[in-house]
Amino acid sequence: MTAAFRIAGAGRLTPAHEARFTFDGRSYAGLAGDTLASALLANGVHLVGRSFKYHRPRGILSAGAEEPNALVEIARDGARRTPNVRATVQELYDGLCAVSQNRWPSLAFDVGAASDVAAPMFSAGFYYKTFMWPKAAWTRLYEPNIRQAAGLGRAPDQPDPDRYASRFAHCAVLVVGAGAAGLAAALAAAQTGQRVILCDEQAEPGGALRFESGVTIDGRPGWRWAQETAAALAAMDNVTVLPRTTAFGYYAQNMVCLAERLTEHLAAPDPEAPRERLWQVRAGRVILATGAIERHMVFADNDRPGIMLAAAARSYLNHFGVAVGRNVGVYAADDSAYAAALDLKRAGLGIAAIVDWRAAPEGAAVEAARAAGIEVLAGHAVTGTAGRLRVSAMTVAPRAGGAARSIAVDALLTSAGWTPAVHLFSQSRGRVGFDAASQRFLPQTYAQACASVGACKGTERLSDAVDEALAAGAAAARETGGRRRKAPRLDAETTETWSGGMLGVGDESAAAPRAKAFVDFQNDVTAKDIRLAVREGMRSIEHVKRFTTNGMATDQGKTSNMHGLAIAAETLDRPIPEVGLTTFRPPYTPVTFGTLVGHGRGRLFDPVRRTATHGWAEAQGAVFEDVGQWKRAWYFPRAGEDMQAAVARECRTVRRAAGIFDASTLGKIEVVGPDAARFMELMYTNPWQKLDPGRCRYGIMLREDGFIYDDGVIGRLAPDRFHVTTTTGGAARVLNHMEDYLQTEFPDLKVWLTSVSEQWAVIAVQGPNSRAIVEPLVDGIDLSDAAMPHMSVREGRVCGVPARLFRVSFTGERGFEINVPADYGLAVWEAVWAEGEKHGACAYGTETMHVLRAEKGFIIVGQDTDGTVTPDDAGLGWAIGKKKTDFVGIRGLARPDLVAAGRKQLVGLRTADPKTVLEEGAQIVETPDQPVPMRMIGHVTSSYWSANCDRSIALALVENGRARSGQTLHVPMPGGSIAVEVTGTVFLDDEGGRADG
Amino acid sequence: MLLIRCPYCEEDRPELEFRHAGEAHIARPERIAAISDEAFERYFFLRANPKGLIYERWRHLHGCARFFNAVRDTVSDRFVMTYKAGEPKPETLPEETGR
Repeated sequence: MTAAFRIAGAGRLTPAHEARFTFDGRSYAGLAGDTLASALLANGVHLVGRSFKYHRPRGILSAGAEEPNALVEIARDGARRTPNVRATVQELYDGLCAVSQNRWPSLAFDVGAASDVAAPMFSAGFYYKTFMWPKAAWTRLYEPNIRQAAGLGRAPDQPDPDRYASRFAHCAVLVVGAGAAGLAAALAAAQTGQRVILCDEQAEPGGALRFESGVTIDGRPGWRWAQETAAALAAMDNVTVLPRTTAFGYYAQNMVCLAERLTEHLAAPDPEAPRERLWQVRAGRVILATGAIERHMVFADNDRPGIMLAAAARSYLNHFGVAVGRNVGVYAADDSAYAAALDLKRAGLGIAAIVDWRAAPEGAAVEAARAAGIEVLAGHAVTGTAGRLRVSAMTVAPRAGGAARSIAVDALLTSAGWTPAVHLFSQSRGRVGFDAASQRFLPQTYAQACASVGACKGTERLSDAVDEALAAGAAAARETGGRRRKAPRLDAETTETWSGGMLGVGDESAAAPRAKAFVDFQNDVTAKDIRLAVREGMRSIEHVKRFTTNGMATDQGKTSNMHGLAIAAETLDRPIPEVGLTTFRPPYTPVTFGTLVGHGRGRLFDPVRRTATHGWAEAQGAVFEDVGQWKRAWYFPRAGEDMQAAVARECRTVRRAAGIFDASTLGKIEVVGPDAARFMELMYTNPWQKLDPGRCRYGIMLREDGFIYDDGVIGRLAPDRFHVTTTTGGAARVLNHMEDYLQTEFPDLKVWLTSVSEQWAVIAVQGPNSRAIVEPLVDGIDLSDAAMPHMSVREGRVCGVPARLFRVSFTGERGFEINVPADYGLAVWEAVWAEGEKHGACAYGTETMHVLRAEKGFIIVGQDTDGTVTPDDAGLGWAIGKKKTDFVGIRGLARPDLVAAGRKQLVGLRTADPKTVLEEGAQIVETPDQPVPMRMIGHVTSSYWSANCDRSIALALVENGRARSGQTLHVPMPGGSIAVEVTGTVFLDDEGGRADG
Repeated sequence: MLLIRCPYCEEDRPELEFRHAGEAHIARPERIAAISDEAFERYFFLRANPKGLIYERWRHLHGCARFFNAVRDTVSDRFVMTYKAGEPKPETLPEETGR
C-alpha cells in the first residue's frame, strides 16, 4: 500500500521494499531507505513533538543533522531506549518503534501547552529573575518542580547492554564530508596512492546532490556520480570510506574524532556486533568539505508543523518521493527556495505563492518561477501563520506597508540563506572572518594542516567547488609525500545558481509584544527574547547566548546562531563582527557516552590487582576491601562471626599467640649503587650512612615543603643496596618522586632504582609465637634475638626459596616479614599457615592490621596525615637526622608556619565511656556548649574498638595536642556531644618491649 | 590527544605515555637549608604560568621513563621543541615548519 503523500515516480526508493514502523503506537508503512522523518511525512504526519519550554506543537524542520524539532524516543527493548533521536537522521527499519516526547497525555492534546498561554511570564532570564525569594522555597518548592518540568526525553533506566568499539587510525589525508567537493578531494588524494579516509554522516554519499536536481558531474547525474565515485574509492586498497560516520571533534595536531554508527539502521542487529565505533584519526592533512546549513526565516508563529526548510522539502521530494504538502507556500530571502518551488510544481504540487523578502529579486530562478506560473510577491513578508497542529494559512503583507492578506497553505517552505558549516574548522582553532557582502562567517586563518573546500568555505558555484576540492586533495597528498600525479579533471555543471540571503528578523511584526518568532526552535528562543537580553544589559554574544539559551540545545544552534547574532547586533546597533561569534565546541552532533567510553567499562574500567594468596583467602571465607587497585583480605570471619567479632578475635590472637598477614601490596623499591646511601640521605629525613648492612630503619620521606609524603621500613642489604618499602598507595608516586630527584637534581649520583613491588610476596608473621612458626622453615639464618634483633634483615632461604627475611613489627609484637619471589608466595604462605596452626595462629586482614598498629600509635600516612602534617606534628621528630645538612624538605621544615606554636599534633583520645567508638573524621571542640559555628580545634584520624585494651581507642590531630594531655575535649555529633580525654598515642605496651622479646 | 616527541626515544608518541611534571629550569638551590624564606618561596611556590610559550618538564612515564624538557605554547598546545633534562634553556627556538 502506498502512503498518501508518496508520489509515484518521484524519488530514488524502491516501492516494493516496504518497512513497517510505529509512531506513538500507530502502525505506518514506509520504504527501505526512508528516514523516520520521510516515512512520517509520506503518511501525512507533520506533528511529531512538543517544544521544550512552551510545549508548542512542532513538526519536521529539516532533512538532516541540524534538526531542532523532530526529536523522538526510539526503543528496541527496555534497556535499548534512546531519547532525543532526530527523526531526520534515524534510518527506517522494519519494526522501528518511535514515541514522541515532552507531551502529556498525548501529542495532539498536551496539558503542558498551558505554558504557551502563560508565555509572557517565561521571558528570557525567567529562572534567574523569578526564583530568588524566599530563599527557603528554593530547595523545597522551586527546585523540585523545575526539575520535574525540565529536561527533554527520558533517560534510559537500565545499564546499556550494547558493545562499543574503538579504533586508532592514521592517514595522510582525512576528508570530512562526501558531497561533491569531498568526493572530488578524496578522488584526487587517493590517486596518488596515499592513505585516505573519507567519512560522511549520511548513509549514502552525495551531500547536497541528494536534493539538487539539475547537476551533472563527469557526464553523469550528480547523485549517480556520487554513488559510483564512492564505490570506486571504497574499492581502492589505500582508501577507507566510512558512511554513517560523523566527524564530531577536531583536536590538536590534526586529530579528528569520528563516531561511526554501525547498527542503528538495522532491524535485527547482531547482539555481538558493536553498536558504534569511535575513530581517533591522526591525519597528515584534513580536508573539510562539510557543506552549508540552510537557515529558516524568523517571523511570527514560524514553528507550526508543516513549516520547514526549502531544501528539506526538496530532499523529501527528490530523494524520498514524498510531498510535504499539496498547496505549498514559500517564504524566502534567497534563490534556493525557488528551486524547491519549481521541483514541487513539476511534481504536480500546488505552489500557493512565493513570498520574497527581497525588494526586487531577479535572475534565472525568479524568471523560471514566474514562467511556471507561480505568483511571486516581491518585497513582502510573512507576518503570521494559522493552524493548530498543522499550518493552514500564512498572512502576507508588503514590507513597505499596506494591506495584509491571508493565503491558505498546507506547508510553508522557508529559506533565509545558507550558513557555511565552519564548526570543525573553528574547533581546529582556525579563525573565521565575516564576509559582509555575503553576510557569512568564512574560514580565514588556518591553525592546523587543513583546508576547507566547497560550501563550507563559501564557494557558491559547483564547478568552482569541485575544482578547488580536486586541487586541495592533490596538494594534501603531495604535501604528505604522495606520488606526483596530474590532478584529475571533473566537469561539473548545474542549472542552479544561488544568491541572496538575510540574517535576523524578516520584519518588525516578528518582534511585536505578543509575537513568537522563533530563532532557536529547540530551546524556544524568540527574536523578542534576544532583544530583551540586550536591553537588560547583555553586550557580549556569549552572555546573550547564556541568558536566552539561544544555541544551547542539543542542535547547538545550527539553524539559529546566525539569526540570534544578527538580532543582537542590530539591537546593539553594532556590526556583526564586533558582537562576535560564539565558540564552536565538540561534539558537532550528540555522541553517546558508550562511544566515548568504548571498551573501558566494567572489568576493563580499571585493572584489579590480586596478591598470590588471594585464592587461599577466598577459600577461607575472607571479606575483601579495595585498596587502590588491590583487593586485600579485610578480615577472616569464622562461622557465626560478624566483622566486629572476627576483628576482635584476630586482634586478641595476634597478641596472645600469633597472626599471619599478607603484606605483599606494600610498595618495594630497590635502591642500588655506590651512591645509594647518599641518595637515601637526600630522600629521607633519617641518617643512613651509618646504618649497618643487615639492619633496618623506619624512614620518613618529605616533600620539599616539609610535609610527610610517605614512610616505610628500609633495610640495608649491603653497603650499596637498600630494600625500601613504601605505603601500598604510595608505591608509584614515591618511585616517581625518587626518579625525579635522581634524574634532574642529582644526576651525578650513581644510583639505580627498581620497582620490585610485584616481585616479592610478603608474609608477615606477628606475635609472641612468630619465631616458633618461622624457625622450622628457614635455612641458614640464625633467628635468635642476639643474632637477629628487632629491625634487622637477612637473606637466606625459606621453604628452600630465596628469601629476604625482615624482623620488623607493625603490631608492636615480635614479628617477621618473609619476602619470597611472588611465584612462590602461595606455597610459602601455606607452609607458614601449617606451622602457624600448630602454634594457635590465625590469618588476619587489613582491619586487624589497622587496629593493632593504632594500639601502638603507629601512623598510617594518608589516614593520620593529610599532606599538611610535619614529622614533629606526628610525634616523629626523632626521625629527623639532626646533623644532616640536606634532605628533601629540610628547608620546608624551617618555614615560619611550620615552626610556629599552636600546630595540630597527633594525640590519643579516650572516650569517657569506653564503649563509645568515635567516628573517623569527627571534629573536636574545646567546649560543647558554644554557639554554632563552633571553633574546631582538630579531628579524629583513626578510631577503633580495641579488644586488647577492652575499650575504644582513637588518634586525632589536635591544636597544641601534646600540651593538652589529660584535658577533656568534646566531639559534637548529631546524637549529642562525646567527651574525650587527650592521651599519648600509645595505648598498649608503652615501653615497647614486646617487639624485642 | 597530543603527540609529544621524546628526546631520548627520538619518537613522537601519544600523550597517554607521558606525565606532565611542572615548570622547567627551576633548579633546587645548592645549599637549600640556608636560603631565606623569600628565596624558598620563589623556588617552591611561585610559577610563571604564562600565556604563550612555557618551558616545562614531562616524563615519558610509560616509555623510557626519562624526564625531559619541552617548550609548549599554552594557547595552541603546540610543542615547539623538546630537549633532554640538564640541557640549557634554548636561546633560540626552531622556526615553525608547515602550518
